[in-house]
Amino acid sequence: MAEASVQQAHVHAPPEGFIRKNVFSLDHKVIGKQYYGLALLAVFTGMALSWLMRFHLVWPNAKIFGLELLSKNGAPGGVITPEYYLSLLTMHGTLMVFFVLTNAPFAGFGNYFLPIQIGAEDMAFPRFNMMSFWVTFVAFLVLFTAFFIPDGPPTSGWTAYAPLSAVGSDAGPGLGWGQNLWAISISLFCIGQLLGSLNFISTTLDLRAKGMTLMRMPICTWAWFITSCIGLLAFAVLLPACLLLILDRMAGTSFFIPAGLVLSDRLQNHAGGSPLLWQHLFWFFGHPEVYIAILPAMGIVSHVLITSMRKPLLSAKVIIYSMMSIGFLSWMVWGHHMFVSGMNPFSSLLFSFPTLTITIPATIMTLIWLGSLYGANIRITAASLFALGFISMFVSGGVSGFFLAQPSIDIYLHATYFVVGHFHMVMGVAAIFGILSGTYFWFPKMSGRMMNETLGKLHFWITFIGTYCIFMPFHYLGIVGNVRRYSSFVNDYMAPLIPLHKFITVAALITGAAQFIFLYNLIHSRFRGKPAPENPWDGTSLEWTIPSPPPWNNFGGKHPVVYHDSYQYGVKGSKGDYVMQDSPEQIVTG
Amino acid sequence: MGKLFGVVLTIIALVSAYPIVAHKYVQPIDISTHGHAIDEQLSDTMAEAGFAFLGSQLLLAFFVWKFSERKAGAKITNIPGGAKLMVVAAFILIGTEVLALGVLGQKAWANVYFTMPEPDATQIQAQAGQFAFYFRYSGPDGKFGAIHPDKIDEGNQNFFGLDPANDVESRDDIVSGELAIPVNREIQLLMHAKDVGHSFYVRELRIQQDFVPGLDLSIHFTATKTGKYEIVCTQLCGLGHYNMKAYLNVLSPEDFDKWIKQKASEQ
Repeated sequence: MAEASVQQAHVHAPPEGFIRKNVFSLDHKVIGKQYYGLALLAVFTGMALSWLMRFHLVWPNAKIFGLELLSKNGAPGGVITPEYYLSLLTMHGTLMVFFVLTNAPFAGFGNYFLPIQIGAEDMAFPRFNMMSFWVTFVAFLVLFTAFFIPDGPPTSGWTAYAPLSAVGSDAGPGLGWGQNLWAISISLFCIGQLLGSLNFISTTLDLRAKGMTLMRMPICTWAWFITSCIGLLAFAVLLPACLLLILDRMAGTSFFIPAGLVLSDRLQNHAGGSPLLWQHLFWFFGHPEVYIAILPAMGIVSHVLITSMRKPLLSAKVIIYSMMSIGFLSWMVWGHHMFVSGMNPFSSLLFSFPTLTITIPATIMTLIWLGSLYGANIRITAASLFALGFISMFVSGGVSGFFLAQPSIDIYLHATYFVVGHFHMVMGVAAIFGILSGTYFWFPKMSGRMMNETLGKLHFWITFIGTYCIFMPFHYLGIVGNVRRYSSFVNDYMAPLIPLHKFITVAALITGAAQFIFLYNLIHSRFRGKPAPENPWDGTSLEWTIPSPPPWNNFGGKHPVVYHDSYQYGVKGSKGDYVMQDSPEQIVTG
Repeated sequence: MGKLFGVVLTIIALVSAYPIVAHKYVQPIDISTHGHAIDEQLSDTMAEAGFAFLGSQLLLAFFVWKFSERKAGAKITNIPGGAKLMVVAAFILIGTEVLALGVLGQKAWANVYFTMPEPDATQIQAQAGQFAFYFRYSGPDGKFGAIHPDKIDEGNQNFFGLDPANDVESRDDIVSGELAIPVNREIQLLMHAKDVGHSFYVRELRIQQDFVPGLDLSIHFTATKTGKYEIVCTQLCGLGHYNMKAYLNVLSPEDFDKWIKQKASEQ
């Protein structure tokens, strides 16, 4: 009864007018699609930047057609300067980590499907929800503006280490207004995420349908819930850190700048700050951020795999508890980014142990996925291929974590391409595979049309093989000691590695080009795809009980009642080998 | 198509492992006294990570090959042992690995960071600034002159901001763009950043340590083979980051004495 009355309180009138329906919408589904669209814009921009970087690394003197129009100083005559390379790198990292890996799997899919999967009509705070998207959108615009200012985009990397990021334009190009825009953009982004996280948590705890106990929620709902708990704490630390950075830059404070620094032959008028303070605050956010990106992907992949395998996972509970353990441990490991930073060397050992320990829940999850495949009848679709690809990428990126978790080995591998290979595979590509799997899986529900499966599978094969060709060699480069964030390899020992870099660049160009197959499929299917039925994949959770696309109030004003946990597969149901979550029928195991 | 996934993934796993197994890409020769422990740790980890990588990928490939697109109505079964087996396996496999690597790794780390330099170690100061390293030797008096940031003047080659007119200790200091050291003698490097963060990375020495503005850090090491090795900056420091490098010149004791006399006469 209490739940029903809470639901009543959130019934709102249908939206009217174009702007209320499509722009400043309060509907969680529209907001979810807006986040996804923003992520799509960011990911193609980020990918284009990575193309430019890869191109420049192996053909440093090549002229890139049209680039001079974008930046006269950064690419005179179309040739990328070293400082513009750093701008590309900074913008690539920032766009990808914040606006893609946080936006799409968490804010995008989470917004769309969390309320539906728990049987709610909308989020707990629809206005907060709308605000969180539009604040994020403004954050994106602020960051994007940096491309067009005379100072150029920031050059201090997505980690913005102080004092490089704090002292202003004396430190070099891009570190004046470019860096200001970065700090303002990320501050706004944090506000958007804090609002979003609060909303996710309240919605999950308060708006569940009758019978939807916590343990009956789908695994992806759990993943979004745990992620929002992490996000609430992580962004709450990054926000003040960015504000202090803005104060150092604009108000003459010295939180991150010590005394006695000489830049551009000028003694800086700062004293008393600590560069390590920035690193601690940044990584206190930065490491949990890895899990903010990967946990929703884990949830989505579990959800897709179960539907494709036609059987539940060996234990959904173990997966949920493992995700909770990962979320908890994610707070104790940030120092592993700082082993050679000058931090007290005893702290390094303290941070190393939980870092190694976090591989235990991660391995449990992997083994549960693997073990669940045994004895299944896997339906191969573009969605399930990307889900299986996710497991492969997660393992590949995960095992290189064994090396970097150990301070002694990190002495040698820190700041090399080994690290770049590791995090691209484990949090970049793996999370993107989760997003793509979710897209192929839920597109019919979101748009009312099916995507083209043949194109989807072609997209998978090129992307799967291509990403291995790009990121596996990064590890080899790292073992030789190839340093990251270099715009050219002028060192004697790095010159022989250029052929391998060329191979990577070619692989990146091909893999990137394959993403246009996806984009075409997405846009074409949106308008010309076959009409989607209500439940195209024979799923069991609540999103498959409502029309495709769902009406504005999700369940047509009814309050769904839940009788089972989310994944009743491999049973004798009235419709086939499954029983819907809202079906009162008895479960007969087959 | 499940079978194709199995085949492609098997090929990817084997091709990925080949350059490592065939030692196509390896770290350079180790010229330090502490490096062998790091190398051993690296190779032990490679064996364990390689086992985990190949084992999981091949198992994934096999399961997808075997259990995809079966006939409609094929019997759905569960792996013997179920979730319990997976949890126990993860704890045993990874738990042992975590303990082994964690405990062994401490030794290699301790060799570098938990030992004090010998009292007679040669002290050299390293200064990192956009985009060059400079090294300072204390000269015959064995004392470094004080640094005055306001006196730093690169145009007049006063890279460290010394004040020889008023500071006697700085008068015999020797400043060099190259780090020359005697072989088999312990060196204590006193690290100082002039402007932003930088890092000191010599692959052959198995040393990487950041320069942090405002923080006096030091590392110590002993080089065991003469020769010239590249010192590179690994902390993003601005537009010239990629080009910030210097050479470590490990000399015989006699050659080192000659080098330092020569440098002193040039100051």
